[in-house]
Amino acid sequence: MEVFMWIVQLMASTCRVSTPLLFAAMGGMMSERSGVVNIALEGLMLLGAFVAAAATDFTHSPVLGAFAAFMAGLIFSIFYAFFVIEIGSDQIVAGTAMNMLALGLTPFFSKILYGSSTSTPSLPIEFRFQYAPVWIAFGVVVLCWVWIVKTPFGLWVQFAGEHPEALDCAGVCVKRVRWMAVLVGGGLAGLGGASLSIFLSSSFSRNMTAGRGFMALAALIFGKWKPIPAALACLLFGFSDAIQIRLQSVVLWGNEPVPVQFIQILPYFVTILVLAGFVGQARAPQALGIPFVK
Amino acid sequence: MTPSVEFRGLSKAFHGNMANTDLSFKVRKGSVHAIIGENGAGKSTAMKILYGIYQPDEGEIYIEGKLWGGRQKPWSSSSDAILHGIGMVHQHFMLGGPHTVLDNILLGAEQAHWGWRWLPKALRPIDRDEARQRLESLSEQYGLKVAWDALVENLSVGVHQRIEILKLLYRDAKILILDEPTAVLTQQETNELFDHLRKLCHRGKTILMITHKLKEVMSIADRVTVFRAGKIVGEREIHKTYVEDLASLMVGRKVSLKAESPPQVVLQEPVLQVQGLSVKDFKLQEVSLQVRRGEVVGIAGVEGNGQAELLQVLLHPLEYQNRMKGVIEVVGKNIEGLNTRQIRDLGMGVIPDDRLRDALLTDRPAQENYILGLHREKPFCQAGLILDRQVEELTDQAMEEYDIRPRSRLLKADRFSGGNQQKLVIAREFFRSPKLLVIAQPTRGVDVGAIEFIHKKIFRARSEGSGILLISSELDEILALSDRILVMYTGKIIFEFNRGEVTEQALGLAMGGEARS
Repeated sequence: MEVFMWIVQLMASTCRVSTPLLFAAMGGMMSERSGVVNIALEGLMLLGAFVAAAATDFTHSPVLGAFAAFMAGLIFSIFYAFFVIEIGSDQIVAGTAMNMLALGLTPFFSKILYGSSTSTPSLPIEFRFQYAPVWIAFGVVVLCWVWIVKTPFGLWVQFAGEHPEALDCAGVCVKRVRWMAVLVGGGLAGLGGASLSIFLSSSFSRNMTAGRGFMALAALIFGKWKPIPAALACLLFGFSDAIQIRLQSVVLWGNEPVPVQFIQILPYFVTILVLAGFVGQARAPQALGIPFVK
Repeated sequence: MTPSVEFRGLSKAFHGNMANTDLSFKVRKGSVHAIIGENGAGKSTAMKILYGIYQPDEGEIYIEGKLWGGRQKPWSSSSDAILHGIGMVHQHFMLGGPHTVLDNILLGAEQAHWGWRWLPKALRPIDRDEARQRLESLSEQYGLKVAWDALVENLSVGVHQRIEILKLLYRDAKILILDEPTAVLTQQETNELFDHLRKLCHRGKTILMITHKLKEVMSIADRVTVFRAGKIVGEREIHKTYVEDLASLMVGRKVSLKAESPPQVVLQEPVLQVQGLSVKDFKLQEVSLQVRRGEVVGIAGVEGNGQAELLQVLLHPLEYQNRMKGVIEVVGKNIEGLNTRQIRDLGMGVIPDDRLRDALLTDRPAQENYILGLHREKPFCQAGLILDRQVEELTDQAMEEYDIRPRSRLLKADRFSGGNQQKLVIAREFFRSPKLLVIAQPTRGVDVGAIEFIHKKIFRARSEGSGILLISSELDEILALSDRILVMYTGKIIFEFNRGEVTEQALGLAMGGEARS
């Protein structure tokens, strides 16, 4: 019975810690399927986390906080989309710039608003989400699947990333499709950040994403840019995170517990293993990273 | 009868260069109308204007008597063209590989389910079942069979062509523009395509076909318009014209389609000797041949009978060392254990069949391509440094001598037309006056004027004492150029003929593995 409870708790915890990854991976999928590399996920999440914490602190409503995070991700993506879609900048360079910008902007505004660049004030439990984001995240995965596979817009997104000239010849504006996909993707990544700061913890702290945006990107690649496999990959990473939390107080030998830093490595280690070992056969959208010029 | 399409005084310039000047012509409804001309004659530009991709500077186009676009009426886009029943199959197919045939056809013309009305149209689920039904009936009607759920990347180019045509029919196109539709098709696929096109015409569709293959024009078209340098230089009814007439119109001077062989020079020592060459798990079996200085030896054969493999073994014997039997001697030296550079240094020049893959750096300028492989030696290089002045001067010279257009040595290789790319490769390979030249498919994708030029150059090399091994699947070319013809079939050389000993028909039969009757 005790083992059963332990497993149930582990599963629940897996779902909880996977939530930010699920949102971000779906956001990344939107953008990447349309042919725009999105390593700015990390920055978008960080920004979303900060805006959600601040907006919730201000309005006392986590729903408004999440909405603000979505909008922040979307608006921040406008810059990114403008550079990579309209001007045709290198997507890796522009994405890195966005990440650094978010890394600097968030403590800057935190200092202005709260006088502290390390974290925002702690939110009381009634202002935080309890379990809703998990269900919403799964809902988003299903919605993204329907969107990509079943709707005309999804088909356009796929062709924008695979063979944009074909889409153009069919009379659909490639740039508009990419704009839409990148903006929606940015919003979803913002939600991913929100679920870090107002769901999994109680405040924003400096660089709290700690590479989760890149982990979501890894899950996306591991899931071959498809919504359901990418979601499963997120759950795998979430699982290794959940295990890591459980293992932190375990004593393996002697009297001393294993140093916590070693255990915290686990999710990153799994990411590296997965990326290095299993991704070989994945095939990216053909036009990924290539600006469309008519 | 009102013409299906009518151009009236259409002109278009790009950056001050006239691409089209004062085009006026009519296309009959229900006919196949060919647009011919050399590369860069403005055929594609004119068709892209019709399809709404480019805006013309002057003139109008009328569709079935009604103004489609012109000065009074701002030009429409290609999505508007689709709505007005104009469709275009581009030279490079517009198909997404990892998608199903059905999705490729639907793209941009999706039908939403009748429900979900509260959603914007782009977000309503696609009704794929209905699309499938409509396609079934279309394919029945025109005899175009395709597996709807197959992935495009698993299908052959012939099928890709069929999908592109179905795409247009699905959008109810009445006027079909085909840009070089046979460029990538085999003979059999071409015949099939032409059958389909005839069927489409019988049902009232109008077909505009851009091409530079005159034989095909004669077999499929009803009427032909000839372009040269952006202008229309002639129009002919097909039953009142013949190939030589069209060729002269296209090029602007008399063209001899049959290269006249200059008298043979005295044969000298052999420069290539292959004896009993077999490669395990490879198509070659017991191949023996000899090429001497001053002769052209042609290897005829349907593609895929070992010609490509022969070329590979000649160039990269190291890779096949372990499974190779037999002896290859280039200029009297056994090439076993030599790498490609060493073999070329013996005096071998190579013009490979796929120039974009094997002969050119497509996104580098012409001058770099010109010195490719020569870049380590004089006069291009001294003390490990490339001498820019020399490179520029000699490239300019070569462009002049080989008439490579445009004369811009800084233009990237893939910006040149097929014929000019090939001339650039030939100029390079001829630079060292090699003793042995291995030439594969020298005139593939090359226009009529350039073919004549290339054939002359090959004969010049012969009379200057090169030995030439010519691999080609074009019967005309083999017959015109070769002093001796070897027929390759399933990796073996099964026949040998001397010049004039064999007719085109007999050679065709021999290539199919059949003995002379």
